[in-house]
Amino acid sequence: MRNVVPLVIAFVAGVTMMLALFVPVLQPLQERASVWFIILAAIAFLIGGTNLLLHHARKIAQQEAGWGFSAVTLVSFFITVFVGLAKWGVPPSDAYPNHPWSGNYITEGAPLWWLYQYIIDPVTSTMFALLSFYVASAAYRAFRAKNTEAMILLGTAFIVLLGRCSAGTFLTSWVPESLEALTFPGATAVIMAVFTTAGQRAIMIGISLGVAAISLRIILGLDRSYLGADE
Amino acid sequence: MLDFLNRLDRRWIFLLMALAVAVPVLCKPIFPEQPSPLTRKLFDTIEELPEGSVVYMAFDYDPPSQAELGPMAKSFVRHCCLKKHKMIFANLWPAGPPLVDENIRNVVNGEFASENFVYGEDYVNLGYRPGNQVAITQIATDLRKIYPTDATGKNLGVLPLTRSFKNIFDADLVLNVSAGYPGCKEWVQYAGTKGDLKIGAGVTGVQAPQLFPYYPDQLVGILAAIKGAAEYEAAIAQKYPQYADPQKNEAIKRMGPQLFAHLLMLALIVLGNVVHVANRRRGGVR
Amino acid sequence: MRQVSKLLVAISFTASMWSNGAVAAPRPATDVTVTDRPNDAGTGLIVKWTLSPDDEESAGANRVVVYQIFRQVNGKPSEEPVAKLNAGNNEYSDSNCQSDAHYQYEVVAVAEDGETSAIATHAERIRPVVQWFDSSRTWVAVIVIFVCAAVIICTELAKHGWSTYVRPIAGLTAIDEAVGRATEMGRPMLFVPGIMDLDEIETVAGLTILSHVGEKAAVYDTPVEVPTARSLVMTAAREALEGAYLAAGRTEGFDEDRVYYVTDEQFGYVAAVCGWMSREKPAACFYLGKFFAESLVLAETGNACGAIQLAGTAESAQLPFFVAACDYTLIGEELFAASAYLSGEPQQLGTLKGQDVGKVLAVVLLVCGSLLATGAMISGRDSLAGRAHDYLMVHVLNKGVGG
Repeated sequence: MRNVVPLVIAFVAGVTMMLALFVPVLQPLQERASVWFIILAAIAFLIGGTNLLLHHARKIAQQEAGWGFSAVTLVSFFITVFVGLAKWGVPPSDAYPNHPWSGNYITEGAPLWWLYQYIIDPVTSTMFALLSFYVASAAYRAFRAKNTEAMILLGTAFIVLLGRCSAGTFLTSWVPESLEALTFPGATAVIMAVFTTAGQRAIMIGISLGVAAISLRIILGLDRSYLGADE
Repeated sequence: MLDFLNRLDRRWIFLLMALAVAVPVLCKPIFPEQPSPLTRKLFDTIEELPEGSVVYMAFDYDPPSQAELGPMAKSFVRHCCLKKHKMIFANLWPAGPPLVDENIRNVVNGEFASENFVYGEDYVNLGYRPGNQVAITQIATDLRKIYPTDATGKNLGVLPLTRSFKNIFDADLVLNVSAGYPGCKEWVQYAGTKGDLKIGAGVTGVQAPQLFPYYPDQLVGILAAIKGAAEYEAAIAQKYPQYADPQKNEAIKRMGPQLFAHLLMLALIVLGNVVHVANRRRGGVR
Repeated sequence: MRQVSKLLVAISFTASMWSNGAVAAPRPATDVTVTDRPNDAGTGLIVKWTLSPDDEESAGANRVVVYQIFRQVNGKPSEEPVAKLNAGNNEYSDSNCQSDAHYQYEVVAVAEDGETSAIATHAERIRPVVQWFDSSRTWVAVIVIFVCAAVIICTELAKHGWSTYVRPIAGLTAIDEAVGRATEMGRPMLFVPGIMDLDEIETVAGLTILSHVGEKAAVYDTPVEVPTARSLVMTAAREALEGAYLAAGRTEGFDEDRVYYVTDEQFGYVAAVCGWMSREKPAACFYLGKFFAESLVLAETGNACGAIQLAGTAESAQLPFFVAACDYTLIGEELFAASAYLSGEPQQLGTLKGQDVGKVLAVVLLVCGSLLATGAMISGRDSLAGRAHDYLMVHVLNKGVGG
């Protein structure tokens, strides 16, 4: 019984969203449903934030493996929340000079801006940059000519890697312009525009139909595993 | 030796990659770049717009992808300033607004300070809005619903540039620099499908293959990764000789480290295959 | 109020005539027409006019710079213009109308020096019309109905014993192997349901697989760690996992604290999960949902830990990374098929057959489109192939006819 109400909501919301594509009168409902999702997700952050505090507090209290990281997490969390909410160090805006909280929270020079500029920016950039290291180790391990398909993959990787840097241009600079497709950059463009695009289109069509099928299963209540168990 | 390579600690590979990137960063080698047809198409689209056209700059990225996307965002702004197009900046990523501010500060009010571009007339910064594709849908139908004011709280109705800008279709071109979701795909799906909209894209390398199916119908051009940005800088330098100095072009400078990183990858792939063949000959384990 | 301002404008206009001895007001726009905006819920009207003769460079001081659009709703005029359009614009689409009101529009041309023209308007007040069906999407509706009908019919047929054979999906058959391995090694498992929220169908697909993995884990009493990047996903994942333990009859084994929220920030999340992997050395890792640049970082860290790894996403840009670094990968639609496959229920498997009918339709349309485009190129636009191609482009795809 516990799952009947969510199933009814899923059915009504799903059918409404689908019909709204064709029935203009229902379009405001579609927009409203999307906006409501954003509101729900924002409110759910309270659940997430509470869970974050409890989870890490428990780890610190029980001194589980990595509890030091939990301590750093909580301290950083409180500092950022305080600095952001209190608009600490943010001067009032020009339009409302007598209202201390009227300035933009991310004003240059303010502590939150400082956190952004000197902590969030370099730390997240570093995490993203780690990809280059992982790509290299994956390339060493995975690109091996074990069979015909792997050899085609290997050849393609070679052409694209060279075609996307100056070496490819330099190595095939002697090829006449009329045979541009035989240069590394030219071949890369052909691979991307023809083979990759054809594959991408096929995957996109498959994914779209897969989305349609799973959506129907959820709307019709055939698939209810995401709701947990019925009691 | 073969056993060492079979059990190669990945930290050796990490060290080699660090060297392949760090050495060229310090030595700053510069390699020539030529715009590809795809880049040329996007460049020509901006170049051929009449002076004073309205360009909506949807900069949907944040600090992690700044190294890859920052140079192309800067090139787009620079090109629009050169052509005296009017720019409306906006952002759908919560950590993105300072990057838009940086472009305005360094390019519009820095590099082009002598042009005296006026806020509200020549450019407007709408700021960040949450909502992902919902936000895009509203920008495509009624901008004021989601952006009643700009980033500083000024009513859009009082700013000359935005007072008759009802929705995205009032822009002559949309330039989207995106690192993922929401990004170029969402702009095509939720705004591009509602009418005739010219969208030019600058995206990360991994995203580009996903967007090729949309070219040339839904997208007028695609810049992929730092290579695309370098090609765009080369196109600007060819047309505007004041930008021929490679030191003024961030992406062209970054192609040096990229070259050595790619060559290392190729060497690693070759080495991996040598190990593979040797193992097979030995009747090996891997 | 507006009448007063118009009077003041008229007085100042007359005064300026006396003082300058010249007419300074621009000539007005003409031929104002208002029509209903098609395919909406009675919320839009389109106002069109012929540009003022002074809307050009050569008009000098009288040159029109802006058109102000005033609106009367049921006879009540607006104090402020509803829109100000730069010179050269001769159309305004008003999206803020209501289907039960009558509207009248006035167009006023404004010159560079602020002088306003006489008011141009239309004869009859007009009411927006509610359209109940967006006719521009007729063919999309036909295709949607076709695909949905195929899915529902196949589901019904499957209920009545129609064969629902689905080829084995290696990644899904490996779930038992992964759980067994973790049990043997006495190490936990990691389940990452992507980094996006519940409005992404991939996240929902990931959670359906979580309940299956959870059921196996409950039977073998192997812990599953589920760090999430969204609060709502955490709540849903807890529900799904608790349900799985309940279904396995092992409710006492469910530990709520193993499903927790980390952060919305993409790389902060990755750092936390990779840190956990390095410390706990999971025996099996599942990455099923929507992923972006973090995919390879997660998969390579899992690989370094020696974990058996299963990934699945519909984000095609990330598939190559998962294929390179994981033992098994569910590619695109396989992720969506997983819940039906794992359930083994005929009606769920039937939906996969319906999906295949959709694929056949897509292939037929692709082949027809290619043949018609080729035929149109060879025999010209006026031929049967050319006209059929144009119909396909304009009516089915809603596009202008290209080359």
